[in-house]
Amino acid sequence: MNLNFPPLAEPVARLMEEFHKLPGIGPKSAARLTYFLLRMPESQAKALAEAILAVKEKIILCSICQNLTDADPCSLCHGETRDPSIICVVEEPLDILALERTRGYKGHYHVLHGVISPMDGIGPDDLKIKELLARLQGGTVQEVILATNPNLEGEATAMYLQRLIAPLGIRVTRLARGLPVGGDLEYTDEVTLTRALEGRQEL
Amino acid sequence: MTRPRVYKTEAIVLKGMDLGEADKILTLYTPYLGKLSAVARGVRRPKSKLGGHLDLLTHSQLLLAQGKSLDVITQAQTLDSFLPLRQNLWLTGCALYAAELIDRFTAERVENPALYRLLLNALNWLIQTLDANLTLRYFELHLLELLGYRPQLQQCPLCQTQLKPTTNFFSPAHGGVLCPSCGTLEAEARPISLNTLKVMRYLQGNDYGIASKLRLDGGLAKELETTMGGYIRFHLEHEVKSVAFLNDLRRQEAKAHPFGPLSPGLRQ
Ligand SMILES: [Zn+2]
Ligand SMILES: [Zn+2]
Repeated sequence: MNLNFPPLAEPVARLMEEFHKLPGIGPKSAARLTYFLLRMPESQAKALAEAILAVKEKIILCSICQNLTDADPCSLCHGETRDPSIICVVEEPLDILALERTRGYKGHYHVLHGVISPMDGIGPDDLKIKELLARLQGGTVQEVILATNPNLEGEATAMYLQRLIAPLGIRVTRLARGLPVGGDLEYTDEVTLTRALEGRQEL
Repeated sequence: MTRPRVYKTEAIVLKGMDLGEADKILTLYTPYLGKLSAVARGVRRPKSKLGGHLDLLTHSQLLLAQGKSLDVITQAQTLDSFLPLRQNLWLTGCALYAAELIDRFTAERVENPALYRLLLNALNWLIQTLDANLTLRYFELHLLELLGYRPQLQQCPLCQTQLKPTTNFFSPAHGGVLCPSCGTLEAEARPISLNTLKVMRYLQGNDYGIASKLRLDGGLAKELETTMGGYIRFHLEHEVKSVAFLNDLRRQEAKAHPFGPLSPGLRQ
């Protein structure tokens, strides 16, 4: 890769290239981050480098919910504080953070690590679906909440899971889909509006 | 074609890729600009005015502004979201397969309004269809024709004799059906039954309204799919990825409902 900078010292060029590989980082941002690091005190740079190594070395997938963790089972699966009869299925670990911020959910989670995306060659076998089905054996789980994103691939993944889970006699629910808070009817697409109408509630 | 700084087009969203925190790069198929990539800013935020109008397989009216590298979508209004299609997993898979074929077979900025029309029609046909497999085969044959790969089904492309009502040989490399004497000499040619040849001619020569009335039994549907699949792979030079998902759904369906299909054409 050529970043079109005047000849750079090799370590500087190398760091820029590494930044450039990150999502959302173009050549300009890569250069800005590199020069920022160059001016940073050495102790701080070391702390950053160690933090990067630590996530690679210490973070594993929880053997139960597949969330990222440094202890197996993770803190959400471990202990008696959460309701084991409900599992909320999400696409990515970050979705758990969003749901936890609501403080309204006390059940367990399961992370799929992606969605079914046929055109990219990502099928059910590439997601943590087998691991989910294994958790549904044994009769503890009464309800599975499908919290995949409300777009075509998220819906397809939810439909796929629904077909697998429903025959087990477990209740399958989907997060309600409707108008976003602060949204404007005029700009709302028909899929969202249709589902908001379907999910209307008594006042 | 030079584009004005701001321009309008209708489009079908073929593909999306996350970019940065909340943006997406979309692959759009349009009638007069062909395939193009464009940035949709902020679409992954729930409050985005664009988001719902730019989901995969949505037919939308768009306003775009020329950008430094990629053009940017500034407004979007859904024309059709094909809701019944997205509420059926099998039909969603079929529609994604059609979109993948368009994406793989087309180059950026090459217009083909008839092909655009075919894709739009196919999405509507899939909503109505009684046999999604037949609809996909019709789509494939006419897609290949609009791209200049119309398979020759009347005369042997090697010796030019009229094909006889018997088992002949389909040859992707020669672009059609070979007579038995030519076909047996070509290692890559595969036998094609008379019924499959007749169905291909019928799909090739008729409007969808007529062609869709055909009813194929399982064996015939399978042979037709294999034949068309081989021809498509030959021209693409690799697999169509979404086929694996369709086969996965078929296997699952066969296990769950051994006595009959729940969705049009899901079982063969
Ligand atoms: Zn866990
Ligand atoms: Zn011949």
